[in-house]
Order: sequence, then structure tokens, then C-alpha cells
Amino acid sequence: MYDFALQRPQSLNEAIEALSVEGAQALAGGQTMIPTLKNRLASPDVLVSIGGISELQGVSETDGTVSIKAGTTHGVVAATVESYPALASLAGNIGDPAVRNRGTIGGSLANNDPSACYPAAALASNASITTNKRTISASDFFMGLFETSLDEGELITQVDFPVPDAANYQKFDQPASRFALVGVFVAKYGNDVRVAVTGASEDGVFRWSEAESALAGNFSSSAIDGLEVDPESMIEDIHGSRSYRANLVKVMTKRAVAAC
Amino acid sequence: MSTVTMTVNGKSVSGEVEGRTLLSDFVRNNLNLTGTHIGCDTSQCGACVVHVGGKAVKSCTIFAIEAEGSSVTTIEGMANPDGSLGTIQQAFQDNHGLQCGFCTPGMVMSAAALLEENPNPTETEIREYLEGNICRCTGYHNIVKSIQAAAAA
Repeated sequence: MYDFALQRPQSLNEAIEALSVEGAQALAGGQTMIPTLKNRLASPDVLVSIGGISELQGVSETDGTVSIKAGTTHGVVAATVESYPALASLAGNIGDPAVRNRGTIGGSLANNDPSACYPAAALASNASITTNKRTISASDFFMGLFETSLDEGELITQVDFPVPDAANYQKFDQPASRFALVGVFVAKYGNDVRVAVTGASEDGVFRWSEAESALAGNFSSSAIDGLEVDPESMIEDIHGSRSYRANLVKVMTKRAVAAC
Repeated sequence: MSTVTMTVNGKSVSGEVEGRTLLSDFVRNNLNLTGTHIGCDTSQCGACVVHVGGKAVKSCTIFAIEAEGSSVTTIEGMANPDGSLGTIQQAFQDNHGLQCGFCTPGMVMSAAALLEENPNPTETEIREYLEGNICRCTGYHNIVKSIQAAAAA
């Protein structure tokens, strides 16, 4: 990897200042960033590590909301979140234990990998993503492949998840990378059902609105039976064809609803 | 270059590193602790697992500067103070938990982290915990047996 200056600010304000410099980039847990640097797919002049900032660490749970600071690792979310078991379980199945001890929720959301797990949870829960500047609803946050509505130098500080009445995440592992070949997160809030799909689309995480409407009227896996997913915009690679992924979206949705 | 200071296997150490210096390179090249192996260098194989602040991490996927001020344990820190093998290491030897031995440092460090969290893991829990540690000699059966023996010891 090309060399860079690595800064390690101790406060959020220092980090924001460091990130305002041209060519600076944030480093969270590094579990995607460091392999990306090794492959020379990124070459920042300055990397600003946010791992040492205590105000970006921790989980709190109040009535109906799980609030997770952006620098909290998957391992901590898996071990501490109690009121939203589907979210804890999702975090506990990202990568492997050593990756979960470094990777963070803020890093995962900001990267918006089309096969990452957290974007599905955030979108299905319509989480509020707070940055140093504003709060963005998850519905307005994900803008396609590795794209988000974050501005240059803007840093996620906290993510708030409204706790649903019922939820489940079903991930069909790509066994080598442990990313989702397809992952479906179903969350039910009263009569409102949200279905978010990761791993499948070339445009990144998306809501399967036909399934949401069908499930709002009849929250059972049979409600999905008559639906089909258009393979046109699905990812196709050596691990699965478009039609294979389209079928998996349906299968994983049914499994998630059945497990709710 | 900048100076990084941390505690490695109970001793305070420091060294000159670049921003891009990985923790795996720091322990091997600056500290000559070559027990930590670099297998894939792509955070998949787990041969480079060390503990930072008591947590298992892949040392090829963390910069040395990120471990500034931390307490780091490498495979060299797993032996008893008199130099004899620690409980987990001894269990690997007793149960033939290695063939070529390349993955062993990472396996032992992951096993230690698992047993710290869960002193009596089931076979399934052991296998799940080793998801990020690859053994190319396909020695998983005896590795799992070794960890079960270490848990019982």
C-alpha cells in the first residue's frame, strides 16, 4: 500500500478538523479500509483513525430505541444489545470473531458495501443515522453501490434503531468471504412491514416493496408465494447468477418472516 | 516515521513506524517476535491473530499506530513464565493439534480468546469461533480436540 500519514485524534472535534483537510479519509475498524489500501484501490494522503475516540463508543437502550455510537464494534453490539435480538444476531454473524472485534457499525454503513449486513438492518428499521452535521433517515442514506448521502469530511457519530415488534435477518453466506450472497432483514412495526435486501442488487441495499405490501395484509411466509423478483438488476458473479439471487431473495424473505 | 509505544507480552516496547506499518509487521520486524505468522495478508486466514486489549484481532488488518498504548499479547506471551508450554499450547502438542504448524499461532490465540469468553465451549461453538482461522493441513479435528482438552485442563 502507498504510505500516508496516520493520525489518531482523541476527540470528535479533533477528528472532524483532521477530516476537513483535502485528501484526508476516516479509518474506523479498518476491516474493509485496510484491505482496500493494500490493493491500492484507495490512496489517501492522511488517514484519520477514529478508534481512539471514547465518545464514539457504546450502546444505550431506552424505551423502544437502541442507540449505537458509530465506533462500536460488531462484537460489542452482538454481546450487549438486548432489546433488539435480530440486530444483535446480525452483528454476531458478520465476518469472524477477530473481524467483529475491529469492524464498526459506522464504518460498515459509511462504506455501504452492496453485500454488507448492517445496511439491511438500518434500512429495514428506518434507523436514524446521525453525523457531525445532521441526522439522516436510513431511507435517504443509501445511494447505490458504495455511495451514501454523506458529504466529504462528514462523519457518522451515532445510529438509532427503533425497536420493531418482530424482526429477523436471514443471511445466505458467501462461505469464503462471509458477506451475504443474499441477506434479507424483515422488521414489523404495527401494521407496517419493511423488507430490506442486501447482497442481491447492483444498486446496493433496497426495499422489496411488493413483499412489504403483501406482508402488511398477511404477515405470513405464504404471502410471498405469488411474488417474483425481477432478476434484471441482480448481481451476477461466480458465486451466483442473477436468477439464482432473485430466487434467493424470495426464499430468504420467506424464512425471515417464518422466523419472526 | 513516528514512534509508537505499547505493552507487548507484559513489556513496554516502542519503535519507529510508518503510518502504513501493520501491527503484524511491527511485532515481527521491529520486535523480532516472529511467532506471529503472516499467511494471507488479506485478513482471511487468521495465522496472524494476536490479542489487543484482550481481544483477538488479525494483526495484518490493524496499523501499529492504532495499538498505541494498548496491551498486546502474541503467541510468545502464551508460554508459562519458566518457558514451558502454556495450557493451550500443551494441549495442542498432546492432541497433535498441528501438522505443518503454520496456522498454529493464530489457532492458539483464537482458542485463548474463546476460552476467556466461554470457558466450556461445545464442539460447535469451538468450530464457529475458528471461522476466521484457516488450516491448510485440514487438521481441524485435532485442533478442536486440543481446545476441548485445554478447556478441561
